[in-house]
Amino acid sequence: MQNNEYKAVGCSVRKKDAMQLLLGKPVYTEDVAPKGALVVKLLRSPHANAMVRSIRTDIAKKVPGVVDVFTWEDVPTTRFAIAGQTYPEPSPYDRLILDRHVRFSGDPVAIIAAEDEKSAKKAMNLIKVEYDVLPAVLDLHTALDNPTLVHPEEDWFPPCEVGGDPKRNLVASEVNTDGDVDAVMAACDVVLENTYHTKAFNQTMMETFRTYTSLDRYGRLHVISSTQIVFHTRRILSRALGIPKNRIRVEKPRIGGGFGAKQSAVCEIYPAFVTMKTGRPAQIIYTREESQIAGSPRHEMEIRVKVGADRNGRIRALDLYTLSNTGAYGEHGPTTVGLSGHKSIPLYTGSLEAWRFGYDVVYTNTQAAGAYRGYGATQGIFAVESIVNELAEKLGMDPTRIREMNMVKEGMLMPAYYNEPANACALDRCMAHCREMFGWEEKYPVRDMGGGKVRTAGVAMAMQGSCISNVDVGSADVALTEDGTYTLRIGAADMGTGCDTILAQMVAESMECRVEDVAVFGADTDASPYDSGSYASSTTYITGKAVEKACTDLKKTICRIGAELLGCTPEETCFEGSCVRCLSSNKTVPLCDIAYKTQVGSVCAAQASATHSSPISPPPFMVGMVEIELDKLTGQVTVLDYMAVVDCGTPINPALARIQAEGGIVQGIGHTLMENITPGYGGRPMEASLLQYKIPTRLDMGRLKVEFEQSYEPTGPFGAKSIGEIVINTPAPAIAHAIYRATGKWYRELPILPQQIAMELAEE
Amino acid sequence: MVTIQKYVRAQSLEEAYTLNQARQNRIIGGMLWLKMSELRIGTAIDLCDLGLDTIEETDEEFRIGAMATLRMLETHQGLARYTGGAAAEAVGSIVGVQFRNMATVGGSLWGRFGFSDVLTLFMAMDSYVELYKGGIVPLARFAAMKPDRDLLIRLIIKKVPGSFAYQSMRNQRTDLPVLACAVSHWGGRVRIVVGARPHKAVLVLEEALPEGGLTPGAAKALARKAAAAAVTGTNLRGSAAYRTHLIRVLAERGILALGGKA
Amino acid sequence: MMEIKLKLNGKAVTGHIEPDVLLIDLLRSLGCQSVKRGCETSNCGLCTVLMDGRPVLSCSMLAVRADGHEVYTLEGLTKEAEAFVGFIADEGADQCGFCNPGYVMNTIALLRENPDPTDEEILAYLAGNLCRCSGYEGQLRGIRRFLNSRKAQGEQHAE
Repeated sequence: MQNNEYKAVGCSVRKKDAMQLLLGKPVYTEDVAPKGALVVKLLRSPHANAMVRSIRTDIAKKVPGVVDVFTWEDVPTTRFAIAGQTYPEPSPYDRLILDRHVRFSGDPVAIIAAEDEKSAKKAMNLIKVEYDVLPAVLDLHTALDNPTLVHPEEDWFPPCEVGGDPKRNLVASEVNTDGDVDAVMAACDVVLENTYHTKAFNQTMMETFRTYTSLDRYGRLHVISSTQIVFHTRRILSRALGIPKNRIRVEKPRIGGGFGAKQSAVCEIYPAFVTMKTGRPAQIIYTREESQIAGSPRHEMEIRVKVGADRNGRIRALDLYTLSNTGAYGEHGPTTVGLSGHKSIPLYTGSLEAWRFGYDVVYTNTQAAGAYRGYGATQGIFAVESIVNELAEKLGMDPTRIREMNMVKEGMLMPAYYNEPANACALDRCMAHCREMFGWEEKYPVRDMGGGKVRTAGVAMAMQGSCISNVDVGSADVALTEDGTYTLRIGAADMGTGCDTILAQMVAESMECRVEDVAVFGADTDASPYDSGSYASSTTYITGKAVEKACTDLKKTICRIGAELLGCTPEETCFEGSCVRCLSSNKTVPLCDIAYKTQVGSVCAAQASATHSSPISPPPFMVGMVEIELDKLTGQVTVLDYMAVVDCGTPINPALARIQAEGGIVQGIGHTLMENITPGYGGRPMEASLLQYKIPTRLDMGRLKVEFEQSYEPTGPFGAKSIGEIVINTPAPAIAHAIYRATGKWYRELPILPQQIAMELAEE
Repeated sequence: MVTIQKYVRAQSLEEAYTLNQARQNRIIGGMLWLKMSELRIGTAIDLCDLGLDTIEETDEEFRIGAMATLRMLETHQGLARYTGGAAAEAVGSIVGVQFRNMATVGGSLWGRFGFSDVLTLFMAMDSYVELYKGGIVPLARFAAMKPDRDLLIRLIIKKVPGSFAYQSMRNQRTDLPVLACAVSHWGGRVRIVVGARPHKAVLVLEEALPEGGLTPGAAKALARKAAAAAVTGTNLRGSAAYRTHLIRVLAERGILALGGKA
Repeated sequence: MMEIKLKLNGKAVTGHIEPDVLLIDLLRSLGCQSVKRGCETSNCGLCTVLMDGRPVLSCSMLAVRADGHEVYTLEGLTKEAEAFVGFIADEGADQCGFCNPGYVMNTIALLRENPDPTDEEILAYLAGNLCRCSGYEGQLRGIRRFLNSRKAQGEQHAE
């Protein structure tokens, strides 16, 4: 039931760490790591595919300040994956800490440990490597069954069966069908088929990858890392280093942005290995260049989509095939691809009679991809939403109306979404609300502004999930403190998103206290209850529910202790926020007395833990509309207004939900209009710095406006669904749509650069 | 990153010049580009104590010290008046205020960078650089000279009555330009300078004011001439053909803007 | 090694450094950890500090160039920052926070130079401060609300 009487939930309270962050306090990995750690640097291969014939480190080791240099000969031979996923991971175990076989331009060939940066760099230049350069597979189209294998090794190991075959450069493959797609297509009045291409966009979080490692007072490996996944990192390091999990502690301080990049253990293994070898504290800080060329960017995907409809615009069939490029290693390859279909096709559940979704995920000798906000849905939604816009334009229909006819509605079962129900779905209200707020009728027509400039608009819808159903686990531990306040311990990772705060709001709502009376601790494998981590839009929905459950239990425990003090039975008590009341005697006992009682001769802690997982992953929904001005002579596209309406269930903290949406929209604008990936030597992206990889500045995004249409998700905490990922999905199809309106041309590859627009128009 | 053995704040131009004769020594400007190089510098020579960080305006000219920053160009009221806002237009998109507080006019010109908005802008004016040994040299000639070991002291802009306009195309608002175009009308002649071709700026057109004035038709014709005359190339930001196309567009717009100002 | 003397956050400081040490590294070693590095190409604005009152990129300046100058980091301007950062916190626009110190420092510079900026002036002045989380709009709303509240207070005082 929807409850409009919430006191803490639904309030735009400040993030708990806001003032610390805004005043520049030292709270990030590099700030909290003790000084004096060894500087760890990696020598990287310039070649895309090569065997290290010989590697000489003797001269480099003699550089004053250099402590050691490690090569493939020094590392364990157990293959592992760095994907932050629940065991057994769908990602193949295809890595070594250092491998003799280097598989992309940027793959490490040596680890240097030195007292300071200058010595480490000097040593790096003195390592002599001879390579046997091999032919490389750089193009995703030629990867499958190419005679050159990215992973010819015999010890390649898939913990899960996902249809992969390294002898074919294939990481995963599958086809899903519902209904007779070919027959329905054949009976359609209109069939459109096109191919869409998106590149390996980089998360470009402001804090690059970084990790500090040392041995703690028990001689255990202590890892302080900028990570979204403390528990998975512990497991990954344990396997890679061959040491027991209880000999490793992983904690995260504040994180300078992640967006999924830090859902892979990109850099943790290198200082950890150095610390285990030398016994000394070690620290690695990736340069921006390393983050760009050896990080964990979005999977490049090529998506062929076919849509069939009747002449009135009823969408009857969708057929999707995705070819995904996982790069040199398989992290998140088998899973991201699934979202390209399963989180795009269900948008049209309303009318769809049949659908098919097939995919292949291939290895190439390029930078390994990883998890990036949207996780495949972004790519799939660009394709599906674009072709629906193409269909609307072809039929001469208003693209908002064709969506209203076909969209998923509350109460429907979504066959393309694992048959999950749309328990809470306000997509129809989002569309109506956005049309009104944006002024669709006025902005959609193409308006000539003179001087070669035109204005017009575009639209797109999106969905995502809230967690990985039946997989993600969230836990919370809530304890009463002596003064009647609470401590919440979690294993989820606040990476700037504000989850520490919204989870505290849920405690405050449940325990009828103020948000400031809830202290939050996270995340540390030694002290936090198990949580799969902050990814897959799961924290609010899964960990939030764990918080709610823990609070329910804690209230019962408090009442039980209170009953003892009040001399009544627990059944006679009620919890009243600041005290427990005995209903028969009307006497009360304050929480602080209850807390102190648990510290004197007590066998019952005023503390509760709860764990939660969900069999379903309720999708949030969203509509985005953009108004652009397009200069037909220069090709420049200026975003004037971007407006969106989001259904994330109950927004626990509307201000933070709005910022999530605004931030995601601007990242989407970046992918669409300026962030480019150009392969240079060995396929290495030439956009290897912020000088070349251009993310939007505050002059590039126009004005944003985000509002909410609430729904109530019965399985979520206080009716909440997720917000973090969905928000990146609408800009690409909406902007491409507006560009079509302005130019008469559909652009099906991202980014859409001014040059393409201007030169195509000039040819006419 | 660049490494530096020794740092000296020169106390006279002569000292700076003498130090700069050694091959491994370098004059440092804003250091924004130098920093990213892999150069191993013996002595870094800083001109910051020589009072070159000023813009002096007289009735005849602007004297812009080598250490004056791009932010000073952007905010100088006299330059804004004389250039009709073109100076601020040219430098205002360069990265950010902090960057422009550091980047120097001397550094921008000495580097003869292909992408330089500064070089493009001033080449359309009656402009000169003053070199310690080389004396006063027209900016266009300086730009064509091979870098030597002389010192650039200041930029001199003659206040010839005229009108100026600056246009550039950027893929992102603070990025390097895909193409930069400065146009001017002074001394009875129209000039079009094209920068970020991606090679360094050149004066691609200079001719007498058309008889009918800077009409839309004349603007189109001049822009086409400029585009035909300029050699363009391809890099990450754009192709040669696109740049040639942009010259036609931006030069025409610039000339039309001049018409408005003239 | 060179000896340099500068005024850091109002206090005289002596540093012994190599000539190619960058200002950001000197400042961090002196405990000013608010100063962050986000790139190597002078593009992100995270390392912004004030030198003689002007915002500069400490990642791109030799520390020796600060010899004889006055440098402020956010550690030294907490009070001035506190006047407005709460408004940004109220918008939730702090987000991951990694860009905040540079952004706050440049906002201080903006407001000193132009106490009553328009939205366009704010956006232009802060264009060199990248943020990947917030989408910028919330940062702008925060500054705008601060300016409006300051104006309202000024008008109250005038009455």
